[in-house]
Amino acid sequence: MKPSPRTLVLFAVLALLAAVPTLAAAFNQPFYLDLFRRIMIFAIAAASLNLILGYGGMVSFGHAAYLGIGAYAVGVLAHHGIHNGWLQWAVAIGGSALVALVIGAVSIRTSGIYFIMITLAFTQMLYYMGISIEEYGGDDGIRVAKLSQFEGLIDLANPTAFYYVVLALLAVVLLLVHRLVNSRFGMVIRAAKSNDARTRAIGFSPYPYRLAAFVIAGAICGLAGALLVNQTAYLTPEFMNWTRSGELMFMVILGGIGTTAGPLFGAAALLLLEDLLQGWSLLPKLVHNFWQFYLGIVLVLVVLFAKRGLAGLLRGSKDGADG
Amino acid sequence: MILIIEQILNGLQLGVMLFLMAAGLTLVFGIMNLVNLAHGALYMVGAYLATYFFQATGSFVLGVALALAGTLAVGILTELVALRTLYERDHLDQVLATFGLILIFNELIAMLWGRAAIYSALPEYLQGHLEIAAGLRYPLYRLLIIVVGLAVAAALWYVVVRTRLGMLIRAGASNRTMVAALGINIRLLYTVVFGFGAALAGLAGIMAGPIYAVQPGMGELVLIQVFVVIVVGGIGSIRGALAGALIVGLVDTLGRAFLKPFLATVTTPSAADAAGPALASMLIYLLMAVVLALRPEGLFASRG
Repeated sequence: MKPSPRTLVLFAVLALLAAVPTLAAAFNQPFYLDLFRRIMIFAIAAASLNLILGYGGMVSFGHAAYLGIGAYAVGVLAHHGIHNGWLQWAVAIGGSALVALVIGAVSIRTSGIYFIMITLAFTQMLYYMGISIEEYGGDDGIRVAKLSQFEGLIDLANPTAFYYVVLALLAVVLLLVHRLVNSRFGMVIRAAKSNDARTRAIGFSPYPYRLAAFVIAGAICGLAGALLVNQTAYLTPEFMNWTRSGELMFMVILGGIGTTAGPLFGAAALLLLEDLLQGWSLLPKLVHNFWQFYLGIVLVLVVLFAKRGLAGLLRGSKDGADG
Repeated sequence: MILIIEQILNGLQLGVMLFLMAAGLTLVFGIMNLVNLAHGALYMVGAYLATYFFQATGSFVLGVALALAGTLAVGILTELVALRTLYERDHLDQVLATFGLILIFNELIAMLWGRAAIYSALPEYLQGHLEIAAGLRYPLYRLLIIVVGLAVAAALWYVVVRTRLGMLIRAGASNRTMVAALGINIRLLYTVVFGFGAALAGLAGIMAGPIYAVQPGMGELVLIQVFVVIVVGGIGSIRGALAGALIVGLVDTLGRAFLKPFLATVTTPSAADAAGPALASMLIYLLMAVVLALRPEGLFASRG
């Protein structure tokens, strides 16, 4: 099978990402190592949302919940002196999957506006829970003094080592989502998105498939949360803020909904744009101070005029939903 | 006992504010099928305009009237410029575009008035307390909110149930294609309904100003509670919005007031201290989950 232009672009981007630590060191700009690591962590989260939003048609407005669960799993265990990374990350992934199972089991019974509202409401519930637990910092959050420990294997305190861990996980997640949506399981999910009634007519009940996708997406996003709290070394309920869920959705749309590489492009585009608006010295101070105003305008314009996102540019005039 | 009555009144006061927000939002959901996250922004605009006009004119009543007109104008302008193109789009587009509008509105307000909360005063004649029963003194202004809210609810009921406009609104909520097919100018109806909802949200914001913090982002805090109201009440139903708003207002207020002391009687005080506030702030979302699990269309679904 000849790889499509988009696959080649994805490989090229991943290769470029692999070169970032060397380049950052050569130009003595460690800031970029940090920025691109952050981009890749959000790309993992966006890829998980893309699985249910882009392929499954489930407009979850509460995906930041799993980012939070993953972060809290690591932060809370670290707070109680348990620093074993394997255990922390396993709890992050397992805990997120479990929460996704509960939220999904209730939410997926509904559809349309109700689904959007109920996923939002569940995330708000977790957000307020995070805010009100004083033991773990309440709304101020707490510092995570010691990162996840992988004795003898890898030291996350080394920025470059951590960077490559995130890059490897990103590649695995993108591959996993790609394989998943092109499997029989993924076919059912996509079929149920385009026509629920016909999917039932040919003998599939969409509910368990949707729920399974929802749980897998939650688990992957939990991993992203575990990475994120190691990135910031700070645990805060803001990870679960509803605006975070909106940002994740925007990343998926911006990159190109329902495409393999879209979440990576979207995360990169949004975070780089935010970074430029906030700090680029060529822009006037007025832009830096009110950068969200300009972000809002970009958001509205993208939704109104560039529905297929960045990946849509590569796709050309051909239209097709498969990734 | 007095404490309980006082908290019930507080719950009612929150409930009618939520109702003013929910009434407009549920009609926009029900008739235009639009998920409008920016509804909270109009609440914020109302609060800022009222504070500004009260200071500028020195008259509270005039300030309220100008703020109401201003919010109506901002709402209609938003509908004409941005939201109109979204009616035919899917929910995902609507959520993202109106999310963008929230950012724009919040930053515009921050540019004009700064990010810190501004002080919103009350005229002297509204500052006192009223003795409702022996030993129960309740703030006059909060009573006024309850009265205004209930009056608006009654007026809305009259408009929706007894007038031609109300008939069109109800018809639009149950089948908008059919209404358009019968020769009604549905575009105009949309703008009227949206302006209506915007003015109500503005009114809620105007009344909220003197009791809550007036700052950028204030709309989003109440917006998410309003979503809960609408989902509990049933999308597109004014009756549902009223019932949902009062239920949510009472549950939230009473939960915050009494859950902790109640838990302290069944568990240890320290456990109640830890769990009480967390549980109280989650209560309305739990309520929503239970309602949706039992009645996925809400308590008063408008569509059969």
